[in-house]
Amino acid sequence: MADASYGLLAEFRNENELVLAAQSARREGYTSLDAFTPFPVEQLAAPLHFRDTRLPRLGFLGGVFGFVSALAVQAYVSWAYPLNVGGRPLYPFSAYGVVMFELTVLFSVLFLFVGLLYLIKLPRLNYPVFNASRFRLASKDRFFLCIKADDQKFDSNSTAAFLKNAGAVTVELVPS
Amino acid sequence: MPASDILPVNQTIGGVSEQLTGIPLHFPARRRWLIAMTIASLLLALFVVSVVALFTRGVGIWGINVPVTWAFAIHNYVWWLGIGHAGTLISALLLLTGSEWRNSLNRFAETMTLFAVVCAGIYPVLHLGRPWYLYWMFPYPATMGVWPQFRSPLEWDIWAVLTYLSVSVLFWYTGLIPDLADARDRAKKRGWQIFFGVASLGWRGSAVHWMRWSQAYRIMAAIAVPLVVSVHSEISLLFAASQIPGWHSTLFPPYFVLGAAFSGFAVVSIIAVALRTMFDLKNLVTERHLDLLGKVLLATGLMTAYGYVFEIFDVLYSGNAHDLQTMIDRLTGAYAWTYWSAVFFNFVVLQALWWRPARRTPWALLLISASVVIGMWLERYMILVTSLYRDFLVSSWSKFTPSFWDWSTYFGTIGLFLVPFLLAIRFIPSISIFETEKTLADEKEAHHG
Repeated sequence: MADASYGLLAEFRNENELVLAAQSARREGYTSLDAFTPFPVEQLAAPLHFRDTRLPRLGFLGGVFGFVSALAVQAYVSWAYPLNVGGRPLYPFSAYGVVMFELTVLFSVLFLFVGLLYLIKLPRLNYPVFNASRFRLASKDRFFLCIKADDQKFDSNSTAAFLKNAGAVTVELVPS
Repeated sequence: MPASDILPVNQTIGGVSEQLTGIPLHFPARRRWLIAMTIASLLLALFVVSVVALFTRGVGIWGINVPVTWAFAIHNYVWWLGIGHAGTLISALLLLTGSEWRNSLNRFAETMTLFAVVCAGIYPVLHLGRPWYLYWMFPYPATMGVWPQFRSPLEWDIWAVLTYLSVSVLFWYTGLIPDLADARDRAKKRGWQIFFGVASLGWRGSAVHWMRWSQAYRIMAAIAVPLVVSVHSEISLLFAASQIPGWHSTLFPPYFVLGAAFSGFAVVSIIAVALRTMFDLKNLVTERHLDLLGKVLLATGLMTAYGYVFEIFDVLYSGNAHDLQTMIDRLTGAYAWTYWSAVFFNFVVLQALWWRPARRTPWALLLISASVVIGMWLERYMILVTSLYRDFLVSSWSKFTPSFWDWSTYFGTIGLFLVPFLLAIRFIPSISIFETEKTLADEKEAHHG
């Protein structure tokens, strides 16, 4: 039975109860955790072991890409079609600066947006947790902790009991 | 407890979610919305007619002529773009400073930005004369072997505005995804479920997703703030990089950026008061919000006034004869009424905001903000026309009078702004739900603790 399920989804009334439950799940030795909340809950970063900085680095990379490509395009244009305007310099950074700045910002934000969707694997319209009967409330005012079935310690009975003990209002087995 | 008072705590976060998703799902103000939409559609129709007339007959139908070759097209371009900037500033700058009161305002302010930038961006295209050659602005290997001139502020323009539009759209949509998911989960009808389901990309509020989302959103905000400054500084360089007296000044970039924020905050205040009344949002856009908006408006207004003072100081300090002449033209010339009206509408009326009841009374804030919008419109008119109508060559001095088509295009862009804006408040949550919920949850916790 446990093999066919995605995990156990426990519902909590507020963010503090959820954070405490996530911390104690971590202490119990559960490692495959996820939480679903209506708004960002920063205190979950520690129990969920979230330390990934790929996205900020991707944003930086986008900025560098925009900066370099804006410089390259403008310098190439001056080189390919040199135009003497009153003896002014052909390769002035002061004039290139605006477009370089704009494209730095543009590509940084583009990389961040595409990178975000790539890293969180969206768009994906179906997902096992959507089958849980009360999951609709995760976007409204309820806070869910999910212990996934692929966890080494996962056992549908003892894990459910643990979640009940941790203060869950409801615990539901989510089919995969 | 200043931090805990911004939203009344006698409401639940679930109630906020029901109330705000209820606006698109069970639209409460159909009649008022239809009336507004009818007016907006008529204005949009006027815009379409004006543009068709312009494209068939050319820019000669406007009042522009030598020496005033820039008038409404650039004047309204600057005005619209300035309005747009306040949306980004409220959303991004106040996010980074942790000002939670922005959470009731940022969504519609950003929506305002999007459509204001569209109105702004369309003006230089209309002004091109041959708009079908717009693509000449982009660097592509043309058979003619010519490239765009990257050393010209006119070329910077297109990059600045297109970047600003793209970044605004992405920032707005990134912030919107979780709310679309909320609306999807509250929707009962199949059509709404599909619409919000697809638009929310399957967002499920996973904590790991939220953390990545926060990283992306905050970095986007951090670089959107300097972007605003750069875009409007760049716009001011269209003027300042030229030799025209009254424009050729290093004062222009900060002066323009502050004026932009000033006019934009005025429009945000107008929309805040309008939406609050239309959808009965007094529990979320509180008097305290209006009070803070009033203060921001007053502060940015005084900074803009400082620009006026320094503009005069700058001219007197330089002692340049042409600059002096332009200054005298502005204060006493044929268009002196624009200068003094701008001073009146921008700064005299504004002084009422020192008085707390004026900030907290919706209609008073609305009237003062409307005055600022008019004042800033006159200011841009003044900056353009008074500098151009008398330049270096006395032989080319001439007057500018807007034609019917100048006015019709301008009023038309108000329709171009309002129609998509009204559609947006009809179909998507116009106040950020999850951020409001977060503010409320934090407040409740502070009260319990």
